[in-house]
Amino acid sequence: MSDIKHYIAPTTLEQALETLALGRVTILSGGTDLTPQVSVGRRHFEDTLMNIRRIEGLSQISMQGDEIRIGGSATVSDIRYHDLIMKYAPLLCETASHFASEQIRNAASIGGNICNASPAGDMIIPLLVLGASVELASWTKGVVQTRRIPLDEFFTGPGKTLRNSNELLAAVIFKKPSADFVGFFRKSGPRPALEISTVSLGIGGEMKEGKFQHVRVAMGAVGPTPLRGRQTEAALEGQKLTRTIIDHAVLAAQQDASPIDDIRATKWYRNHLVAVFTEELLYNVCQN
Amino acid sequence: MSVKTKLNFTLNSRPVNIEVPVDMTVLNLFRDFLDLKGTKYACGEGECGACTIEVDGKTINSCLMMAVDLQDRDVLTIEGLQKGNMLHPMQQAFVDHGAVQCGFCMPGMIIQANYLVKQNPSLTREEMKRGLEGNICRCTGYTKVLDAVAAVVGLKG
Repeated sequence: MSDIKHYIAPTTLEQALETLALGRVTILSGGTDLTPQVSVGRRHFEDTLMNIRRIEGLSQISMQGDEIRIGGSATVSDIRYHDLIMKYAPLLCETASHFASEQIRNAASIGGNICNASPAGDMIIPLLVLGASVELASWTKGVVQTRRIPLDEFFTGPGKTLRNSNELLAAVIFKKPSADFVGFFRKSGPRPALEISTVSLGIGGEMKEGKFQHVRVAMGAVGPTPLRGRQTEAALEGQKLTRTIIDHAVLAAQQDASPIDDIRATKWYRNHLVAVFTEELLYNVCQN
Repeated sequence: MSVKTKLNFTLNSRPVNIEVPVDMTVLNLFRDFLDLKGTKYACGEGECGACTIEVDGKTINSCLMMAVDLQDRDVLTIEGLQKGNMLHPMQQAFVDHGAVQCGFCMPGMIIQANYLVKQNPSLTREEMKRGLEGNICRCTGYTKVLDAVAAVVGLKG
């Protein structure tokens, strides 16, 4: 384990970004991924440990115009019980309620779940279904600069993202879903709690005059990153959810998924789950 | 050695001022520096709940929390529940219902159960099960644990 030379708990975003710009910083939020990763040697502390939980406003959840904005240090519990999220994106609350355990939900931040970039990161799946983007902030030329990246372009591999080391995930943002939006999430693991998903799947879209539109499908733990199921989306877009269409979507979902054999499940079993969950979630959409 | 920092927080209603290495976890601080051994170390990775404590009214796994983040916070551990010689009603219910066997998971289990009841005084048995998902017990099979929590919220059998 490497030694930490400085500790800082900034209270403003500016201070945090100035510190990041100096380099060699480990960002601490809930600590639920960082602590075990350091203790097994998968990660090492940089020279500076920066606690971002004291940054004013960074855990805020708000509506800005027609967008919902979740601050990077909002915890999974903050999201689960927030009035705005319950009203406009119950899919996120549902996913949050199946995230790890109550103790971990109370600590883990949304920014951490995203930036850890696990292919199985649970909160990422509903956010992909909601068409979310991340807002990255940095201290450039003496001012705070921000850029937005659509979440489905953000992940480049297991544990890897487009975030530069001088950037902080300030917020995750998505357009307020329309009143016709329906979305569902399903994950699997040997037990309901504290389970790293064997497969997770989310499907959402607008149901207008019996037709499923603006469909987004997201899958976890079936590839090197959480991914959008583009072929499944194409099979469903603008369609009435008949038996034939659902069968097509199930086949397409298995084309979208490219799982591997690992300690948690075999490739065969993951493909099987993708098929079952796709059918099940589309059934839920029909019932809604 | 990592650098140290000064830390001020409230622990079981008493102020604590201490200097800690910045890479230390809360669990380490409590057990090895403050001699509060009630909070248990078991898995060390947030899977078992034996190290559960309450921070600013919310439970967390103290093995995953960095001690530096305790600054200005209010902490409750199992040692803070008992009032003098009187067990806390949740502790007493666990005793009365035979919910304790080896006892190792109990401090975390009782802190978590107490938090759940504070959050929702009319907790259903199903909600208890969901709320205690993050606390693993290898002896009891959980039935008597749930009976004890149910007794505190006034649910019948």
